[in-house]
Amino acid sequence: MTAVRRLFRNARLLDPESGLDALGDLLVDGDRIAAIGPGLAQSGFGDDIEIVEAGGLCLAPGLVDMRVQLREPGAEHMESIQSAGHAAAAGGVTTMVALPNTEPPVDDVSVVEFLARRAREARLAKLHTYAAATKGLKGRELTEMGLLAANGALGFTDGVKAVADALVMRRVLAYARSFDQLVIQHPEEPSLGGAGEVTEGEIATRLGLAAITPMAEVIMIERDLRLVEITGARYHVAHVSTEAGIEAIRHGKAMGLPVTCDTAPPYFALNETAIGDYRTFAKLSPPLRSEADRRAVIAGLADGTIDAIASDHAPWDQDSKRLPFSSAACGIVGLETLLPLSLELFHNHHLELIEVVRRLTINPARILGLDVGRLTPGSPADLVLFAPDMPWQIDTDRFRSKSKNAPFDGRPVQGRAEQTVVDGRTIFAREPSEDR
Amino acid sequence: MQEYSFGHRHLLGIEGLTPDDINHVLDLADGYVELNRQAEKKNALLRGRTLINCFFENSTRTRTSFEVAGKRLGADVINMAVQASSMRKGETLIDTAMTLNAMHPDVLVVRHPESGAVQLLSEKVDCAVINAGDGSHEHPTQALLDALTIRRRKNRLGGLTVAICGDVLHSRVARSNIALLTVMGARVRVVAPRTLLPAAVERLGVEVFHDMTAGLKDVDIVMMLRLQTERMHGSFVPSTREYFHFFGLDYDKLKLAKPDALIMHPGPMNRGVEIGSEVADDIDRSLIRHQVEMGVAVRMACLEILARDISNRPPLQ
Repeated sequence: MTAVRRLFRNARLLDPESGLDALGDLLVDGDRIAAIGPGLAQSGFGDDIEIVEAGGLCLAPGLVDMRVQLREPGAEHMESIQSAGHAAAAGGVTTMVALPNTEPPVDDVSVVEFLARRAREARLAKLHTYAAATKGLKGRELTEMGLLAANGALGFTDGVKAVADALVMRRVLAYARSFDQLVIQHPEEPSLGGAGEVTEGEIATRLGLAAITPMAEVIMIERDLRLVEITGARYHVAHVSTEAGIEAIRHGKAMGLPVTCDTAPPYFALNETAIGDYRTFAKLSPPLRSEADRRAVIAGLADGTIDAIASDHAPWDQDSKRLPFSSAACGIVGLETLLPLSLELFHNHHLELIEVVRRLTINPARILGLDVGRLTPGSPADLVLFAPDMPWQIDTDRFRSKSKNAPFDGRPVQGRAEQTVVDGRTIFAREPSEDR
Repeated sequence: MQEYSFGHRHLLGIEGLTPDDINHVLDLADGYVELNRQAEKKNALLRGRTLINCFFENSTRTRTSFEVAGKRLGADVINMAVQASSMRKGETLIDTAMTLNAMHPDVLVVRHPESGAVQLLSEKVDCAVINAGDGSHEHPTQALLDALTIRRRKNRLGGLTVAICGDVLHSRVARSNIALLTVMGARVRVVAPRTLLPAAVERLGVEVFHDMTAGLKDVDIVMMLRLQTERMHGSFVPSTREYFHFFGLDYDKLKLAKPDALIMHPGPMNRGVEIGSEVADDIDRSLIRHQVEMGVAVRMACLEILARDISNRPPLQ
């Protein structure tokens, strides 16, 4: 019989909510955190306790990944709830929030219930979902937000597409406000995009690729912020990637608007030069940006304008990426590289370790209104034990995700999850044989 | 002195070629111009070799030019119009590449509407690949034939001032010509309304003009581009009438160039849109028909250079 109580001994406890960053012990009882602090181990426990010797590794709340694309239902050969759950577990992610762009899309209560059931069966990382803001993600009619929210949808978005029409967006925000729901926007004015697939500039010009101005981001954000002013709705900008966009959000926050935002690792780990000679693995939406924008993303993370880091996990099979650049799908898988790539911010001295953890845990949890992302006694025992300095090389062939589309293959990184715990259950423990 | 060798397996673009590479192609092509003007035009250099023209986009001129070039060198030339067959059935570019590769061609000449597609295909085949135009990216044999045309009339490329006028945004011809002419030491200008210029075009090493008056002043060569309505999403110019008024080439605008300035156009021309007929047909100034003639010679030279490499490779099993 498994012990219902488990003691993590001698860990570097990182809890951004309380600001705790100290060596100590953490006691899990059942599915909850029971106690935390130095010297718990001396308290004397009975036999029915499992002791995990952490040996100074970091013990933090499990990561809350607020932007994950699943391919279930509809394209399970690229990713299923099961495979994404394993990828999340290996990445230290204990909660993920899915975008509604499945087939069928999450615009109906039945799909929300389907996802919840499949996640219960998988018993891996916790799964929540956003629901579509408009029916069929078509940008015209509102979905049944009240019913969807009552059945567990965490917020409303048209996923990888912006709600383009200003009047529709106004109604989305106003209606969502009635139920105190979060609205998440893909920040890109589509009418400026045309057939754009890379950021306008020298690289796009040399490669002869249709380009989109980076200003398409700030144009959408500024429009939406005015609509937020009118409606008062909680508004979240996904994967911000430009200096101007971040500045607009900084300004919106200073005005007291209920705006938050996230970014994803490629936007601070790469710039547009990663496209090289038409590398479709570096094709993203929004596209990779200039070096100046990449630095602005880091500055936005450092000063807190950017609240959260999400993986922006977008699994695609080979057939979707082994195509001419303009035909290839946008996006990269990210669940298994979220932690090490985010830790680059720490290793490169841009953010303190606890601040990196904050943007991966309590901040997204608060935006989403979830009771996770903290080490407070009484909270769900969702934990990640990780070695922040452990050097290793990303090897996409070893990804648990069914899809391997990532431009980070071979990248030397530091830090990875050694053990991942959800509701007191270990859903991932790294095999010693994986050490290289 | 080490013997010159063309160090590329494929011809995918001008970018990456050295002045030596370019001069080598042009020198060889000069010889083929003479051959092509004789009654007996055949040579057996590519006898027994297979050249497949694989065009994913409509073309008559370029495809015919490659076909003539291949046949004059004795190759077996097969034309494939891919639009009509497999792409319609959902076959991917890589599937098509694998299929063609299994037929053991020696040279594939590929045109594709998407930038970078020819390079992608070249990575999946064992034979030499010539890019006959990929999206808005490159069209290297066009730039080489333009260079040959200019060099034969002006005896040089370096030091000349060339104005490339019109739809630079969508033009692979412009990108290849800019790459070639700048590496050969010519001064290149681009002249177009701002809606038809790509961002940061000056980073390609060109001077940028938005009106023909300033742009054509004292140039040696006026290179007109086709207004590529087929690649345009939406309206880039209000009307062809207005476009011709401000950016179409006529004698009034040509007066600003050097008195011996020459006119070029990659064809097919939109008469009365980017170029007036009287200028296009001026036998003293217009090189447009010479360009077509040089095209065959340059393509023969390219085939010869890539074929040398073929003969050094072990025969296909």
